[in-house]
Amino acid sequence: MSGRTLYDKLWDAHLVETLDGGSALIYIDRHLLHEVTSPQAFEGLRLAGRAPWRIDANLATPDHNVPTDKAERSGGVDGIVDPVSRLQVQTLDDNCRDFNIVEFEINDHRQGIVHVIGPELGATLPGMTVVCGDSHTATHGALGAMAQGIGTSEVEHVLATQCLVQKKMKNMQVRVDGTLQPGVSAKDVVLAVVGKIGTAGGTGHAIEFAGEAIRDMSMEGRMTLCNMAIEAGARIGLVAVDDVTLDYVRGKPFAPEGELWDAAEQDWRQLHSDPDAQFDTLVEMRAEDIAPQVTWGTSPEMVLSVDSRVPDPAAIADESKRRAVERALEYMGLEAGQAITDIRPDRVFIGSCTNSRIEDLRAAAAVVRGRQVADTVKQALVVPGSGAVKAQAEAEGLDRVFTEAGMEWREPGCSMCLAMNADKLGAGEHCASTSNRNFEGRQGFGGRTHLVSPAMAAAAAVTGHFIDVRSLASEGGDA
Amino acid sequence: MKPFTVHTGLVAPMDRANVDTDMIIPKQFLKSIKRSGFGPNLFDELRYLDEGQPGADCSQRPLNTEFPLNFPRYQGASVLLARENFGCGSSREHAPWALEDFGIRCIIAPSFADIFYNNCFKNGVLPLALDAADVDRLFEAMYADEGYQLTIDLERQCVIEPDGRETGYQVEEYRRYRLLNGLDDIGITLEHADAILRFEAQAREARPWLFDAVGAREQTS
Repeated sequence: MSGRTLYDKLWDAHLVETLDGGSALIYIDRHLLHEVTSPQAFEGLRLAGRAPWRIDANLATPDHNVPTDKAERSGGVDGIVDPVSRLQVQTLDDNCRDFNIVEFEINDHRQGIVHVIGPELGATLPGMTVVCGDSHTATHGALGAMAQGIGTSEVEHVLATQCLVQKKMKNMQVRVDGTLQPGVSAKDVVLAVVGKIGTAGGTGHAIEFAGEAIRDMSMEGRMTLCNMAIEAGARIGLVAVDDVTLDYVRGKPFAPEGELWDAAEQDWRQLHSDPDAQFDTLVEMRAEDIAPQVTWGTSPEMVLSVDSRVPDPAAIADESKRRAVERALEYMGLEAGQAITDIRPDRVFIGSCTNSRIEDLRAAAAVVRGRQVADTVKQALVVPGSGAVKAQAEAEGLDRVFTEAGMEWREPGCSMCLAMNADKLGAGEHCASTSNRNFEGRQGFGGRTHLVSPAMAAAAAVTGHFIDVRSLASEGGDA
Repeated sequence: MKPFTVHTGLVAPMDRANVDTDMIIPKQFLKSIKRSGFGPNLFDELRYLDEGQPGADCSQRPLNTEFPLNFPRYQGASVLLARENFGCGSSREHAPWALEDFGIRCIIAPSFADIFYNNCFKNGVLPLALDAADVDRLFEAMYADEGYQLTIDLERQCVIEPDGRETGYQVEEYRRYRLLNGLDDIGITLEHADAILRFEAQAREARPWLFDAVGAREQTS
């Protein structure tokens, strides 16, 4: 028998029972909740007269709707101006109180984007099964956890049974060997992966990211990578546990301590694919070949290196592909063959569950330090992913680097990634965004999103157009 | 949940690949705390010329007359014919809720995104993956024939075209059984409560740190 993959091991360790027809009951260790995908699930429990199976497996925080403007935020839930958003956040508070679920409320210092606070609090740990009603739950896979996004019916199902009914997925390994060039980040790697295999390339698979370039990444980088597994079609992204993982988890507020830590560490050391494990699909890339990436279209797979030109539909033979490119260019207001570096963003957004951790903010600050936001950029928002990230950034003086450059320093939340709060693009506006999706209207009705790394977003902010961050001489830090 | 056994209905096109869940139901409508009423905002940014707001009366809004679902010939459609990777993007169950509320019972496409596919089955909507060549043929036949209907038989697992031609498909048995009978997932899982309790007790013994986090500590602090 050949060895097992990391995904195989996590699956086996959580298999409650195999059901007829190949499905299985999988036990869930940690359930994260936020205000958008949970109200109907709590309502379902109430209507059926059911209680949560294991209350202490759940942790909630509001993130999608919360205002990031300091003045509006200071009023707490009652201060949220949009009454529909206010009701949704209030409903989460009410439900958590009714069902006795721990919630870090809007102005708790531990509040933040659910995928940022889970790892930084040690609420998500290696070897766990983690679910949340949000497709970017794959983020937690960076810890060696089996983490995936679920719909609201499954939120209710997990609340009521502590299990998911699931069919085992296939194994894919994305292997990146070699060393990334300075100025090229995890975001560029994952965008390049999505560009290579497409937004359906990982459908039906759990993706394990492996290879030298991944081993060399910090936990923040690995989270960025796993976060966007779903943009390649995979519900699950994974990285094996190593010293980087253990050093990150050790000492986190909810991480085990003492003897419990020792036992956990011994268990977690096994969380890697066996050398002879078989993957159904293998994708290989060289780190040296990856340049800073910029999306030009309306799907994350419409991505190119910053030194490229947007495609010319006339050169595409396949009719449906040609039409998709034509439609994307029209929506994005771009000319066929236009240089990516000629695209001028109207707004810049640095934040989201993909890129709002301390390392992301440091990378952006290193680029803007001593520079000014270009006159043509109407707004440059920096939104830390959590209260802890915000406090750390302020302790390092990064907030002042941003504000002195003419950027806005905000309160933690999902913000302009999906524009459910007041932070949004106007119709026709281009945005250099460190978020994860460039779908039509995602950041605001008629808005035009270009996905980039934090350093690339910062470089676009200070120059007024996309530019290879490696060509910007950085002062006081490396880009 | 509404059972799905055999359904015959008018077919309408969504003729583009990678239709994402933001397109199916834009984010501003996700602020609702209900699970019904999303139908008027299905494909909101494509169906209407203005920006939709939660709670607004859609009957007064300017329609995009170039969007096929607004064509008179497709009014009342309950089968949506689509392209590759339908439903990609977020996990929002509001997407199948909007489709179901609009009246769609079945979506036929060459492939679906995983989470969306899964969510459909929880809401009485059948996502049906057929070979790309079969989907191409159905698109052609639909465009050629106003009033084109298909019958989807989940018991026999086949799609029946107006000329009687049958194309078989496979749906995973557990999902098929639940959908045929309109069964509540949670009820079925709770029949396995003993197995879950047994597993939980063993896991608590083997990996106690998984049971020592947040909840337990936070509530005593």
